[in-house]
Amino acid sequence: MLPRLFRTKSESDKLDGLEPKPLLRDDVQRASAKIAVVQYLAVAVFLFLISGFWRLQIESPEEYTERAERNWIKSLPILAPRGKILDREGRVIVDNHSSFSLILSREKLKEEHLKAIAQGVNLDYDELADRLRRFRKRPTYEPIIIKEELTAGELAFVESHRDPGTFPEMELIHAQKRLYPKDAFAAHVIGYVGEVSENELNTAEFIDYEQGDVVGKQGIERQYNKHLMGIDGQRQVVVDNRGRERNVFGVKEAIPGKDLQLTIDLDVQAVAELAMEGRRGAVVALDPRTGEILAMVSRPAYDPNRFAGRILAKDWKEIVLNPEKPMLNRAIQAQLAPGSTFKPLVALAGLETGVLTDDFHVNCPGGASFYGRYFKCHLRGGHGRVDLRKAIAQSCDVFFYTLGNRMGIDTIAKYSELAGLGSKTGIDLPSEAEGVVPSSKWKMRNFREKWYAGETISVSIGQGALTVTPLQLAHAIGGIATGGIWTKPHLVIDEAPQDAARKANVQIDNVLKVIDGMHAVVNGGGTGARAKLPGLEVCGKTGTAQLASNDLLKGTAVGRSMKDNAWFVGFAPQDSTEIVVVALFEGGEHGNLAAPIVRDVIKAYFDKRVRKEPESLLASLPAFKPGVIPPRPAQATPKARVVQISDEGVIED
Amino acid sequence: MASSYKSIRDMDWPLLLITLAISAVGILQIYSATHETKWRDAWWKQIVWIAAGMVFFWIISQIDYHTLLEHAYVFYGLSVAGLTAIFFIGTRVFGSRRWIPLPGGFQFQVSEFVKIVLVLLVARYLTDLKKDDLHWKELLKVAGLVGLPMLLVMKQPDLGTSLTYIPILLSGVFLAGLRWKYIAVVALVLALALPIGFHLLHDYQRARLTSFLDPAQDPRGSGYQVIQSMIAVGHGGMWGRGVTRGTQTQLQFLPVPHTDFIFSAFGEEHGFVGVVVVLGLYFLLLMQIVQNAQTAPNRAGMYICMAVCALLLFHVLVNVGMVVGRMPVTGIPLPLMSAGGSNTISVFLMLGLVNNVRLRRFVN
Repeated sequence: MLPRLFRTKSESDKLDGLEPKPLLRDDVQRASAKIAVVQYLAVAVFLFLISGFWRLQIESPEEYTERAERNWIKSLPILAPRGKILDREGRVIVDNHSSFSLILSREKLKEEHLKAIAQGVNLDYDELADRLRRFRKRPTYEPIIIKEELTAGELAFVESHRDPGTFPEMELIHAQKRLYPKDAFAAHVIGYVGEVSENELNTAEFIDYEQGDVVGKQGIERQYNKHLMGIDGQRQVVVDNRGRERNVFGVKEAIPGKDLQLTIDLDVQAVAELAMEGRRGAVVALDPRTGEILAMVSRPAYDPNRFAGRILAKDWKEIVLNPEKPMLNRAIQAQLAPGSTFKPLVALAGLETGVLTDDFHVNCPGGASFYGRYFKCHLRGGHGRVDLRKAIAQSCDVFFYTLGNRMGIDTIAKYSELAGLGSKTGIDLPSEAEGVVPSSKWKMRNFREKWYAGETISVSIGQGALTVTPLQLAHAIGGIATGGIWTKPHLVIDEAPQDAARKANVQIDNVLKVIDGMHAVVNGGGTGARAKLPGLEVCGKTGTAQLASNDLLKGTAVGRSMKDNAWFVGFAPQDSTEIVVVALFEGGEHGNLAAPIVRDVIKAYFDKRVRKEPESLLASLPAFKPGVIPPRPAQATPKARVVQISDEGVIED
Repeated sequence: MASSYKSIRDMDWPLLLITLAISAVGILQIYSATHETKWRDAWWKQIVWIAAGMVFFWIISQIDYHTLLEHAYVFYGLSVAGLTAIFFIGTRVFGSRRWIPLPGGFQFQVSEFVKIVLVLLVARYLTDLKKDDLHWKELLKVAGLVGLPMLLVMKQPDLGTSLTYIPILLSGVFLAGLRWKYIAVVALVLALALPIGFHLLHDYQRARLTSFLDPAQDPRGSGYQVIQSMIAVGHGGMWGRGVTRGTQTQLQFLPVPHTDFIFSAFGEEHGFVGVVVVLGLYFLLLMQIVQNAQTAPNRAGMYICMAVCALLLFHVLVNVGMVVGRMPVTGIPLPLMSAGGSNTISVFLMLGLVNNVRLRRFVN
């Protein structure tokens, strides 16, 4: 017998001795009101559900559409490589190399992941947090680069942790990183790139850029940033819920930056670099006919590769606070007394103003008194009877004291300014210094004092308040070498417009007299004999410049350690100059120690000519026509690329 | 007692047509949601299940429901035995034992078929009472009868399916007559039991419930599914993205877009208009069942129909409510649309019961 629970109704009725009662239809009728309640309940449920769809699909579909798109469209930047920087023959100076960068998708970013990510890729957590803070103003769909040039270990970390369950905010992109030459080669000319800083973003120069952009910070990289910098592209990929790329939704290709061809000659530059090794100072070599810079070196230097990535604050401090100032491009930023290298310009002023006549001569007893003060000549025994040629060759100070005193400061200033001193040469590099050409007006403007005639004496030999940059000196002497034509120095091929050549109203005969003196410096028993090169008519001028405050410091230990700066400016060949070289050897003590540097650079330039066109050397050079802008030399080798810059600075190919 | 007269003409054709219409939409949506995934053969499997379901629909219609009612307690005993057996021979999937393996690689989800047994059992028990309203003893007894399998299913653990037994019980006691006093007491007891029950839940179940209240709190965990589902629905807009065009569905942001979240996928690809049409079909289906309850020849038939109605209504409410973020994620499938054998056949069996009642409406 089954227990009661498992008996059917009819069975139990039978057991209970009851007739099975027919179930009545009106039973159902009785429940009809309750059934109606269930119906209304069903209506309510469906209205409740439909209102849910109404809210999502009709009231705010845009919001959800946007969120859906954010789900499946992932935007990844395609970083545009910067253009290469080439030398005048098309040889690569600055290139890029491939690397991986880690970017963070800020939409997916979880604050609590940051620490682990920072640790995984060897980043400082505070710096990373600070970086994210700086990007707060950028829209969150823009991912930000947090680490460049990942090492193999860091790559492995990213690859193994970027799944949706761990750190889905991490993303890898391919990047082209700047690769600068080793050993700080041409570092100051090239400059370096870096991420645009918050301060820079507020300046007019960087107005077009955005937080996170990598821009040129110094040198050519900065000057021609618009040309070199490409336009980043973007890849929109369709991803599934695992973050896997399903297909590419849209690609805006990156536009690579354009290559830039410099006037720098790698061979000449290399010799100049080598000559300055271990020294402090600068070398500038330029072609005075065109203004093209052939070499520019500044020492001490820094390794731009250290700036190419995100430089650590510690390293940055180390470089910037270095008392040797390695960041300074001495070729255009060092403002120093030119010393005796200034004398050719004083001589030209004397000739032009008629003070220095053909029979003008000075007797040098080793010093002379002016306005109650005794001024020594550098040669203690004196030079005896000195004419212009001897005065330049032997660098007689008394001759130039006398000449300067006769002309007065304002005449010297006029001809200095004619040669481009006291103002920027206009070279295509940022932060060029102006130097100082003292004059009575200058003194009144700056010190509210009148000029004392005694002050003119020091300026006559390139001392006193007079300061120049090595580039200004090369430019000034270059104008003499070409017979009174000053061309604007520049670093990019074809950059200088034709009208940049400035022909000064000077007598060619006068210029030739100065050149004759400078020829004697090297070849006529002068102070610069060390610059002599066999088979080449090298002209030049030495300079030994005291530091401006030398007199005050003489008694102190610092003063004794401050040795005189050695200068040498040379050009060759004498009759149709192709190259002017200035060497500044800080603390070099005597100008003739700077002469070999100039000699080596000039030699490198002409050695190359001999190698390239041995039989045509010198014989085929265009005849020197004094006072006439010579035709541009034919390009030795085809140019890699012709670059034109229009007036608006828009660059066209 | 019941006549053996049956006629093809007397079949509930509207019920069957609506059922097949919804099933067809379901197959289309399963295809669209899975055609590029590892479940890409789910759509034709679903066709097989629906075909099988129709066979069961036919078979269960043939057996007079009075006969079924007579053996309700036997079925009940078998059900409890089956649910108990699962703990020993059940297949463990995602940490819960719900399935009994069958020869041929099939899996048999006992808890789905227990629904039918409970529909019959409640109808049988309440019919036997022949009273106008329930007393405490009877109320506790019927609640205990439903509660035992509920507990067993909850222990698998399968909270969602166990909850579906409640509307069967509620519709029964409501229609059998419940004093207001009782309703008040039951409501009070439930209110007190809720926090206790919450503590008895598994962590993941609790997480689901809390993340339902605030999905943004845990966007990558339990809340993820709800958020993705709401995005999918909202993405559909008025007219939908088109078949196989829903990115949420196609790119698998939507979790299980062919089973529990199929209506979310449907909402994305067919929009508000499609949603209203299909929900309208469900409403018609339920009203057709209610109509069968109203025309049932006796209380037993009415109880059966209304229990099926309540069960399906509960399924639609909880599943579709979950899709729009208005119900917690409980893993309850959408009847007739969600892919899956046991549930599909179970629904067809329940609709077969309704048809069974209809076939015998004029006979007494």
